[in-house]
Amino acid sequence: MTQMDTTTDTTADATTDTTADATTDTTAETTADTATAASGGSEESDGLLAPVPDEDGAPFFAYAARGELRVQCCADCGEPRFPPRPCCPHCQSFDCLWKKVSGRGRIWSYVLPHPPLLPAYAAQAPYNVVLVELTDAPRIRLVGNLVAAADAALNSVPPERIRIGAPVKAAFHATDGGLTVVRWLLERP
Amino acid sequence: MGATRTTAGATAGATLKDATAIAGIGQTPFAKRLPESEKTLACRAILAALDDAGIAPSEVDAFASYTMEETDEVEVAKAIGAGDVTFFSKVGYGGGGSCATVAHLAAAVATGQASVGVAWRSRKRGSGPRPWTNTRAQLPTPAQWTRPYGLLRPADEIGLLARRYMHEYGATRDHFFNVALACRNRANQNPAAIMYDRPLTREMYMTARWISEPLCLFDNCLETDGALACVVVSAERARDCRQRPVYVHSAAQGLPAQHHGMVNYWNDDPLTGPSWAAARRLWKTADFGPQDVDVAQIYDAFTPLIPLSLEGYGFCARGEGAAFTEGGALEIGGRLPLNTGGGGLSEAYVHGFNLITEGVRQLRGTGTAQVPGATTCLVTAGEGVPTSALLLRS
Ligand SMILES: [Zn+2]
Repeated sequence: MTQMDTTTDTTADATTDTTADATTDTTAETTADTATAASGGSEESDGLLAPVPDEDGAPFFAYAARGELRVQCCADCGEPRFPPRPCCPHCQSFDCLWKKVSGRGRIWSYVLPHPPLLPAYAAQAPYNVVLVELTDAPRIRLVGNLVAAADAALNSVPPERIRIGAPVKAAFHATDGGLTVVRWLLERP
Repeated sequence: MGATRTTAGATAGATLKDATAIAGIGQTPFAKRLPESEKTLACRAILAALDDAGIAPSEVDAFASYTMEETDEVEVAKAIGAGDVTFFSKVGYGGGGSCATVAHLAAAVATGQASVGVAWRSRKRGSGPRPWTNTRAQLPTPAQWTRPYGLLRPADEIGLLARRYMHEYGATRDHFFNVALACRNRANQNPAAIMYDRPLTREMYMTARWISEPLCLFDNCLETDGALACVVVSAERARDCRQRPVYVHSAAQGLPAQHHGMVNYWNDDPLTGPSWAAARRLWKTADFGPQDVDVAQIYDAFTPLIPLSLEGYGFCARGEGAAFTEGGALEIGGRLPLNTGGGGLSEAYVHGFNLITEGVRQLRGTGTAQVPGATTCLVTAGEGVPTSALLLRS
């Protein structure tokens, strides 16, 4: 199938520029535990909801805290998968790696939410929510926000600047709650 | 790949097709706010449905509901005076489970596990809090990947898909308006509908406030209090009931490969949602196809779900769902009259159960916006979430 071919190519690219090996996996788990503990069940950060990572998702946020965008991949067949989960849907292996990706992507779609919203979001509305398709892994799509700078407001990019297909790059925003979230900057601001 | 499907058809003899029928329907008034509790409303709707069928409450031995239902079968059975109950089920994924309740009861009755089944929905969404404001309950998987970024409500989640759909296929707001207008026009014919006396114009639609661009106020369903129920019995039994039987011809649930909740952005093709999976099974066990459907009740929590579902259930090809809505196709007299009671957009948003009861009315010939001579009806549950669908025939 065509889609299998695409995935294989992507995985090959990702492997060449990363430290995808067994030790990475171990490190991730340790760091992730710390990250989860740091969040301490807090849900407030800049007044916005902080992620509450589960066991499978924790490494993503642990790497983000180091300024790295990594994607969970199968250690046996190499297939990337999102959201993270215990085993590979292609080969059923339970061994995984977290491969570093370039942080580049394109906007697949976006919305501009208006109130009624939770108070902290209403204060910034209308803001944008974008879905970014990763250049290195074309069917890995991440929900996020397009912002003017990593720590800028969710409405810091004028809506008329947002378009489907626009190239973007990852940025990292440390929330008040101790977790780091991935945000997106326009490649051509 | 397809070679593994050798068991299909091997269950000849145990077919669901027309083995059971919906013999009764019932409902409470619909309103933004009703004074009675959800439990009371549920009992009123169920008793009305049993009365419609002419079946005593003591004969009820099966119950089916779907999640986000706060009244459980223990309370309801006790209150209405049901007999010994030998089958009960609760289907997951909220609005995606509406049609599956009837399917579960039909399967139970057809296989002899029960003889009189009741499915129901009772909600006080109109006067209760909006579910998405419960932040603690929803942040773990998969919400950890969406809600912190402000993708808070179902409208935001579907809006993201809608924007992509518009981009890929040239769908416009006018297409979504066609959907909203068809539902509103039917509600204007239905005295029970919340929007009975509230006509909609294109001007109103185009100048309405945004909820989640590209979706405006009129792209979103109502917030409603109300309850509904229906009674499922064997086809044989139904022929002795008060009303003309409406047969459960085909039924299916749909949870496609690599699907994720309502944020179906992480499979290979987010624009082919659960309706596609349900439809494959639904048509496989039916004696007729999409071209033979006289009237459709398609889950309309948001207008873009209609073009996506029209494609999924095979009324048109991929990418043609928006164009399908043109030229009055969804109106009475059009190619596929839609949501003839007003749907979730304009009759009541009771998690799609009103689509089932309206399907029954159409096949009885008693709809307030009756499609002349309708003998077949498609009813669907929530698209975007794991779903279900029914083909009904008279
Ligand atoms: Zn694998």
